Amino acid sequence: MTLLQTKDLTVTFQTADGPVNAVNGVDFSIDTGETLAIVGESGSGKSQTAFAIMGLLARNGHATGQALFDGQDLLSMSTKSLNKIRAREIAMIFQDPMTSLNPYIRISDQMAEVMTLHRGISKREAISQSVRMLDAVRIPDAKARITSYPHEFSGGMRQRIMIAMALLCEPRLLIADEPTTALDVTVQAQIMQVLADIRRDFGTAIILITHDLGIVADACDRTLVLYGGQIMEEGPTDDVFARPSHPYTSGLLRAVPRLDRDDEELLTIAGEPPDMSRLPAGCPFSPRCAAVMPQCADIKPALTGFDGNRRRSCHLPVNEVA
Amino acid sequence: MEPILSVQDLSVTFDVHPQGAWPWTKPQKLHAVNGISFDLAPGECLGVVGESGSGKSTLARAIVGTVPSSHGRIVFEGHDLAAMSTNARRVHRKDVQMIFQDPLAALNPRMNVGDIIAEPLITHEPKTPRKEVRKRVQALMERVGLLPNLINRYPHEFSGGQCQRIGIARALILKPKLLICDEPVSALDVSVQAQVVNLLRELQRDMGLSMIFIAHDLSVVKHVSDKVMVMYLGRTMEMAASKVLTATPRHPYSQALIASVPIPDPVLERARRRPVLEGELPSPLRPPSGCVFRTRCPKAQDVCAKERPPMIDAGDGHWVACPFQQVQQVLEPAR
Repeated sequence: MTLLQTKDLTVTFQTADGPVNAVNGVDFSIDTGETLAIVGESGSGKSQTAFAIMGLLARNGHATGQALFDGQDLLSMSTKSLNKIRAREIAMIFQDPMTSLNPYIRISDQMAEVMTLHRGISKREAISQSVRMLDAVRIPDAKARITSYPHEFSGGMRQRIMIAMALLCEPRLLIADEPTTALDVTVQAQIMQVLADIRRDFGTAIILITHDLGIVADACDRTLVLYGGQIMEEGPTDDVFARPSHPYTSGLLRAVPRLDRDDEELLTIAGEPPDMSRLPAGCPFSPRCAAVMPQCADIKPALTGFDGNRRRSCHLPVNEVA
Repeated sequence: MEPILSVQDLSVTFDVHPQGAWPWTKPQKLHAVNGISFDLAPGECLGVVGESGSGKSTLARAIVGTVPSSHGRIVFEGHDLAAMSTNARRVHRKDVQMIFQDPLAALNPRMNVGDIIAEPLITHEPKTPRKEVRKRVQALMERVGLLPNLINRYPHEFSGGQCQRIGIARALILKPKLLICDEPVSALDVSVQAQVVNLLRELQRDMGLSMIFIAHDLSVVKHVSDKVMVMYLGRTMEMAASKVLTATPRHPYSQALIASVPIPDPVLERARRRPVLEGELPSPLRPPSGCVFRTRCPKAQDVCAKERPPMIDAGDGHWVACPFQQVQQVLEPAR
């Protein structure tokens, strides 16, 4: 069953140099209990897509199109009705767990607030449920530590607290925006384990936004690759990694040094990430693409389906993608 | 061959005043680097990996000389840098240069690119004629992949990857013998990261540079380095040729570290054995007794708490600081 579906989602920022589109007509959907990865580099629009869905865009940003959650359009909703859906139905965790927690308020109070506000239960009940949730994300000695302040926890622990807080109202969709980028690899492995447990135990659908192809490989059913605010390709994770259908995806996969291989030289993608205010009229990746053709700069390739459950936007035939 | 750099039993200690303590209480000692030894041959690249708080950046700073060492020797080309006065050390400083993690923060926003790259040259060789300086700057800009006509631009006009290239050019203008890179690519996008990694390797080969490459990402370190040192809470856990270390790690910590690194291959990744390391890095102010890793180690025994494990020679320059060391492959899928 489709849980969330975006239709022609576009995010425009009013800047001193005129309007800039950070996200440009993105269509995707996620089913109940599914895990979707949104992969992209800086400036790909992956975080702005999430912010638009959650209604958290900066003041100079504006989202158009539709984001249908259970058939209701989140973008045209009033803040009041959006507040009923946020946290209760859709929750989000951010890259930096320290700046997402209020440093002046005890963890117990921050967590209880979510529940007393959204579920209308007593504070006492809320705190006992918070302790149970902290246990679920494996915070040792949760009952004693819940009255601590955020600075008394390490980075990995804070991210667990954020996850626990996000799950308090048992949302059906969790959006994780680069949840492990600020953490060490061993802690990253622990957090990914927590996310996998949550998915198993609560059946929560997860949108994982990341630039790290490694964590996507293990954690996600489907992968969506963004570049310059547009979808380059989308499909089941296994297929996208084994047979990338877009030069950008195949380039990315070859640019990552792999621990299990002894490559002599990394294959690079030439050039720099795109300047969003000066995108070409055609494919945004065309200035850096190794397989660029004359029409690429002017004609935007349409996002077309193939192989049953995959989509891609590239003028190059699928079998010619190296 | 005589090593270009030989670090012997190096320790760096900081005085830390506990939070809320009276000003006259004695400061606590924080051993950021604790008895590290290694040799670096000319033209060789040593990778240093470890989690945050492992002391890898402090080690780099101690070698460059921005942090005083409290014990041990740093022998560079036969001279002990640690025992030298600041003045005497200045002569050697041009031979040891450094590249930093945050490329934009490392550049002075009020200086243009030409001045930034030329500054070390003007400081150390003030008699160089202006024309010659400019010529060398432009040649170097071209070498690191920057258009020489951008010489009058300012740092904010460049992307992260280009700023890192400027930082590399500044480090290389004095033709150093040793280059220390502290997390040079971790702030960059994947596609740009590969460009900078390739550039560093190319420069190292062409200029015969010796290099110390510090990063938390083991896949990048393995790709760049000839040998790798694994650090934990200021101590060396294991040191070996990079391919040997990743294929046949012997220390439980290296094994856990390798197991935690995700590989972008869904089929392989799902089949992998994943012993997730429990817990987090203990406070460096109160490190565990004996082996510092024992609180998180799956193989820990009573003896581990008693004394610091000595470095065991496993042959072929493979050193392990664990008495229970044993090869365990963690990259291969479980059978």
